[in-house]
Amino acid sequence: MGAATLDLFAAALLDARSPLPVGLTTAREEADTARFAVYRNNVHVGLTEALAQRFAVTARLVGEEFFRGMARVYVQDHKPASPLMFEYGEDFPDFVAGFAPAAGLAYLADVARVEAVWSRAYHAAEADPLSVAALAGIAPERLADTKLAAHPATAIVTSDHPAGSIWAAHRTDPVGAVAAWKPETVLIVRPDAEVNVHVLPATDAEFAAAVLAGEALGEAAERALGANAAFDFGAALIGLVTLGAFAATERG
Amino acid sequence: MSIRDDRLALPPRAGLGLKPQHYRAILSGEPDVGFFEVHAENYMSAGGPPHRYLETIAGRYPLSLHGVGLSIGADRPLDKAHLARLRRLVDRYRPASFSEHLAWSTHDTGFLNDLLPLPYTPETLARVAAHVDETQQALGRRMLLENPSTYILFTESTIGEIDFLEAVAARTGCGLLLDVNNVMVSAVNHRLDPFAYVDRFPAELVREIHLAGYDETTDAAGDRLLIDAHGTPVRTDVIELYRHALSRTGPVATLIEWDNDVPDFPTLKAEADRADALIAAETARRNAAQTRAA
Amino acid sequence: MTRSTLALALAGSLSSALATAAYAGPVSAEYMSGKEKCYGIALAGQNDCAAGPGTTCAGTSTKDFQGNAWKAVPAGTCTTMNVDGHMGMLEPKEG
Repeated sequence: MGAATLDLFAAALLDARSPLPVGLTTAREEADTARFAVYRNNVHVGLTEALAQRFAVTARLVGEEFFRGMARVYVQDHKPASPLMFEYGEDFPDFVAGFAPAAGLAYLADVARVEAVWSRAYHAAEADPLSVAALAGIAPERLADTKLAAHPATAIVTSDHPAGSIWAAHRTDPVGAVAAWKPETVLIVRPDAEVNVHVLPATDAEFAAAVLAGEALGEAAERALGANAAFDFGAALIGLVTLGAFAATERG
Repeated sequence: MSIRDDRLALPPRAGLGLKPQHYRAILSGEPDVGFFEVHAENYMSAGGPPHRYLETIAGRYPLSLHGVGLSIGADRPLDKAHLARLRRLVDRYRPASFSEHLAWSTHDTGFLNDLLPLPYTPETLARVAAHVDETQQALGRRMLLENPSTYILFTESTIGEIDFLEAVAARTGCGLLLDVNNVMVSAVNHRLDPFAYVDRFPAELVREIHLAGYDETTDAAGDRLLIDAHGTPVRTDVIELYRHALSRTGPVATLIEWDNDVPDFPTLKAEADRADALIAAETARRNAAQTRAA
Repeated sequence: MTRSTLALALAGSLSSALATAAYAGPVSAEYMSGKEKCYGIALAGQNDCAAGPGTTCAGTSTKDFQGNAWKAVPAGTCTTMNVDGHMGMLEPKEG
């Protein structure tokens, strides 16, 4: 039966310790482990390589051998959900966060999060960003109740570490320097053809996250003011709009 | 639904796989390339730069859409959502050709990211034919089915690969994509004569040829084992086999596949030029033969 | 803060920000693309050939890595990263 054959084939493919599936042969009329190993290699090396491409900075931080070992453990239990390989590794940052041998690098998972979000932004739907003019057109009395729609590419990574600066330092060859070791809120946007990465002012981080999550401007601003009286609502909102964080909407 | 015949859609020229690292070189250099081919799955994203580049390039060159994830050889129904994504892509870019593999790649655990082999039996033949038929109906067009590279054989196989492909084509009206490197890889791996394979292949159904470089290793018994690696120039013996294939198929669209360790664009273009010269030589040979006959 | 006080404060804050020269005219393409900006810190770009993992229809002769990752030690740039002029920062500085 062909159906059972493919089940056996897949099972043996995914477990490197399992014996060869029955029903395989060669021109010599005997099964051959080296030949079946080509398929195991193709699957596992291919998926490991896919992670190395999407998480190139993470790989650079830990070195190739460590990265391949870590990726290989992930690959064993996380096969792609679909043939859309650019989506593969969505939860790899969470896996990195729990990967014991990498525990000494507290920032590693957050850097991987920046990379995951970056490629998501790269492939996100097209949308016109909300313009400053449209923002200025919102009636003053409606401002507090207004909810803005995040641009499909926009995302935030909140880190206790300088995840954005570490990421940026590794986009150059040789690796650049990280100016200061402090928490960063990283905003990733793609207002047009290019993905842009920004570190938000610390005072605006929570406000930005709340507004992008769909909270009304008034509620988000009130909380930000409560946390820091120096919070400048106008500057923060215009800043986010000019970076292209929101999508243009019909109303407003 | 009528199935359109795209026989003359891709030009009888050499084409190249479109790689993101070459987008700019292609747009600025406007190289003379017969067509570009992309993997359908790489353009199933919602938006972003790849679509912007592909829009422009598909406006300047014939486009071939090559699927790697439909899993036509699987023992389960085709993924309807994937077929719908494919249909959207075909509608958007109107490619000159759509092709897929005689292979499977999805299972309960997810997408396996490799083109896996299947036994050739009456049962698998019926299934593959039904999947090809379903795909053609969903896309509203004819597709091409590609012969695979394989590293093992199944004891239960009762049908030869060429007979299998020919039967699928007869049942569904699909065309065939002859991957000449795959022929060399499988023939060496299974101790067959690659030239005899090409001689038996139904030349009149071939709408596209693929060429690529293989890697070489040995199996557990020390026998030659070729791997379809797509990481080097096309090997000399495959070029010879290609020349032989062209003499049977006549001038036909020929893709250079170079997917691993992708070189700079001029290196890739030189591979296309080599294939173009062989296609031109076959055209000249046929013209000369016609003149002599007249 | 009452609803109306808040509304007033927000509107005032926005209009005074809008009144600054940077937003007087249409926002330039450079501004929108983040090449010129005055909000936050822009980090490195480089979007070319960045499509990330794609599909393949090729095999590989590279051998699958099955070393014991649990014994391996990170040995990349994390050991040489320059932070604040200090090299080899594996751990974030406290405080």
